[in-house]
This record gives sequence, C-alpha cells and structure tokens, in this order.
Amino acid sequence: MKFMLLIYNNPAALPAGELEAISQDVDTLIEELQGSGELVGGDGLADSSLAKTVRVRDGAPATTDGPFLEAKEQLAGYLMVDVESLARATEIAARWPDARHGAMEVRAVMSAGADDV
Amino acid sequence: MSEHELNEDLLRELAPQVLAAVLRHHGDFGRCEDAVQEALSAAAIEWPRSGLPDYPRGWLITVASRRVIDGIRSDQARRHREEAAAADQPLVSNEDPALAADDTLLLLFLCCHPALSPSAQVALTLRAVGGLTTAAIASAFLVPEATMAQRIVRAKATVKAAGARFEPPEDRDARLGVVLRVLYLVFNEGYTTSSGPDLQRAELTHLAIRLARMLHALVPDDGEVTGLLALMLLTDARRAARTGPDGDLIALWDQDRGAWDEALIAEGTALIEAALLDRPLGPYQLQAAIAAVHGAAAHERDTDWRQVLDLYGLLDGIAPGPMVTLNRVVAVSMVHGPQSALALLATLDDDDRIKDHHRLYAVRGHLLEDAGKLDAARAAYVEAAQRTTSQTERRYLEQRARRLPER
Repeated sequence: MKFMLLIYNNPAALPAGELEAISQDVDTLIEELQGSGELVGGDGLADSSLAKTVRVRDGAPATTDGPFLEAKEQLAGYLMVDVESLARATEIAARWPDARHGAMEVRAVMSAGADDV
Repeated sequence: MSEHELNEDLLRELAPQVLAAVLRHHGDFGRCEDAVQEALSAAAIEWPRSGLPDYPRGWLITVASRRVIDGIRSDQARRHREEAAAADQPLVSNEDPALAADDTLLLLFLCCHPALSPSAQVALTLRAVGGLTTAAIASAFLVPEATMAQRIVRAKATVKAAGARFEPPEDRDARLGVVLRVLYLVFNEGYTTSSGPDLQRAELTHLAIRLARMLHALVPDDGEVTGLLALMLLTDARRAARTGPDGDLIALWDQDRGAWDEALIAEGTALIEAALLDRPLGPYQLQAAIAAVHGAAAHERDTDWRQVLDLYGLLDGIAPGPMVTLNRVVAVSMVHGPQSALALLATLDDDDRIKDHHRLYAVRGHLLEDAGKLDAARAAYVEAAQRTTSQTERRYLEQRARRLPER
C-alpha cells in the first residue's frame, strides 16, 4: 500500500540547536527505508515564500506570490512509501523529526485497480 | 507468437527448474538466485543470436553454475566465452523428473518462508519461481527498480538469517497455505488492475495462473491447490466483461455474459467439481464453487442464489470473517430480500475489522436502493466513494449515487 507522508513545519520555529540531530534522524530513517525496500521517493521543498499560487477563474489565470494560506506551518516536503499497512506508515511518520515540532500528514495513494463488485 | 516471446516464455518456465538444480549443487540461495538471473539475461541475448541450444535447461544450469563458482564477478569477455562454451558442451541432464518437480516445490516453500512479509514473499516468488526480472516486478508494482531490488536483497538475507534450507519444511501444510496465499495475492494484483494502460500488471494474472497450474501438477491431490487454480480460472473468465471501454467497473449483474470466456469457465468448473467430490473442503474450493455457480448462469436472473447462499454458509463455518459475512449479505438479499440482508449487515456495524471499510457502505447502498430508500442509499454510496482508495471504484460509486434523483 502506498502512502504519501506530507511534512509540515514552521521554518522560523525550528530549534537551531537540534538541526544536526534532526538531519541525523532523517539520514537514519531514510537509510532504513531504502534498506527495507519501502522508500518509493521523496523531496524537500524550497521555502513557501518562493512559491506561486495559480488560480484560473472564468478562464483567466491569476498567479500570486506565496502560499495561499496564511499558516505558520508550511508544506516542507514529502515522502512516498510502499508499506504493508497504515500502521507502518504512521510509525514511519512518527519517527520523522518534523513530527516532534510540526506535523506529518499520512495520506493513502489512490490506485487504479478495483475488486469485483 | 514471435521468437522473442517464445524465448521469454521458455526462460520463465525454465527459471525455477534451473534455480532448483543449481541450488541443490551449491546451496547458497542468494548467490544461486543472482547467478540464475544472470544466466537468464545471458540467454535472452545469446539465443536469438546463435539459435536455441539443443538443451536449453542444461545450457542455463551450466552457465549459472559457472557464475556461482566464479563468485559471479567476471569481465565481459570471459562471460562471452563461457556462453559460447556452454553452447558447445550442453550439460545433458539425466535428473529424475520427479525429483526436479519436488525441487520446484521446495523452491516455492523457500520463497514463501514465514519469516518474510507478504510483499517480500511475492517479490521473491516472482523473481525466483516466475523468472521475472527485478525491473519487470518493479514496473508491475509501480515502484522504482531500486526499491524492488532492495526488497529482494533484503528478502534473500532474511531467508538466509532464518536458517532456511533447501529441504522439505516440517510444517509442510502450513507452508503450502502460505504459497497459495502468495499466488492469490499475485493474481489479485494483476486482476484488479487489468484494465486500461496497466498491461504490465495484467501479466501478473497470467503468471499467477501459470504458477498455480505448475503447483497443481506438483500436488494434484491437494484440494485447496485445485480450488485456487479453479478460482483463478473462473475469475479470469470474467475479465473482459468486468470493465467498460473507458475502464469503468461493471458489476457482476450488469456484465455482458457473452464476453465471459467459456473455455476458462468449463475448465475451472471441471476442476472444482472433481475437487469437491472427495476432498476435505477449504476456503479456496468454496470460493471457486461460488464462482462456478455464477459461471453456470447464462443470465443474471438464472443465478442459483440459494446454492450461493449455502456455499457462503459453509465458508462462514470453516473460514469466518467479516468479508465472508459481507458477501453472504449479498446472497441473503437475493434469496430473502433486502430487509433480511440489512439486518445481517447491521451485525457488522460494531466489527472494527470492517466497520469503516468502503465495501460495507457500498453493499448497504445497494440494499437500501433495492428497498426503495433512495436518499439513504445515495448517502451510503457517497460515503463508500469517500472511503475507497481505488479510483475505479470511486468512479463507480459516484455514478451509483448520481443515478439516484435528489429530492
């Protein structure tokens, strides 16, 4: 089962003293997920101040700077994992360091297949 | 069939026999498995160029054995010489065919070792017994090749760490049960996605059937092995009818039964009828028997729902579970009407294993629709659509909801 783990954090509130420990935790976890064959992919995202928000209204596109929500927490990156269960996906999310400061959102990925009805 | 496809089919068929033979001589599963994969890819290049060797199986065993002995690593030039040499001196196998068959079974047991997770069992079985490349398996499961490669490396290490040996396991019956589950997982992975552009995945269905046929030939007296093969054939018979031209799901009762594959239905029905005669019943046999009842009905209205209900009753007796109850609910509705079915369905409301599952809501939607409670039916379909992780099912359920006029 594939899950997208969305990483939310507040860059301004990241405790500076912990950055090294955080990146250590990330490296350890990524290594484990690669080793187990559960990691499908993942990336970090540039700061949301560099983002563009695009809306098309009445056929006319309007592009504005920044994220469309005024939120302290922003989407900072994502992981895609292929695991045995939702429980395993949430376990991985709980071990991702941003879960301690920000939040991790675990979303099931839709599949094309279907059981008989 | 092109020569290329012929070669590919032959290689896949020979893969488990070659691996079993090499494994019997050299013992190290991880190394032997790698060596056989290398021999298969060497053959895929060499055979179209210089023609099929007189003894393809011997050719592969020779090349794979030398790979193992050489510690696998060697430069390209030497590899080429080895292949040429193997072609010149075919290793004529005079092995007892019964022993070779046993070896293939042992290989299946090894790949379905209980220390492995289901996805690892599937990956290893497809590679070592199915003869698929890592790239093909990765593509079938829609993950990067590196991810699948790592899963296989890890699986082989786990098998080794568990001290698994190439010999009959003590818990043979339990292990055979795991093998059946793995083959069924492979089948479903292919079958449930066998529409649209996912042709790679449809191939999994064929591979599962081929492996089930092979297993049936190895243990013809096991009723559950026969049952699983029959179930696969009877299910696959409906493949062409289960999706529309745009890939949308078509429910069993709306399918064009003329598009069902009669030959597969006949073969599956014959297998399951023979198995039911004189063997202890098992869940795969009962599911196959149910599929055979559906297969026997030329029109949906001809379905012998009373027999389907009896069979679900038996299934509930030997392998009870919420999914079985859910299916029995559908049969109850066809025999006794939607009110009785809704009452049985209500018994699942407190079952944590299924109370949030989309199928429970989908079945409730159908029953409420039959009972004429259209608003409640629409709400159940909408809820089911929100809960499924399948795009195809979501489209189907949204359509069902839209068909009911809002009042």
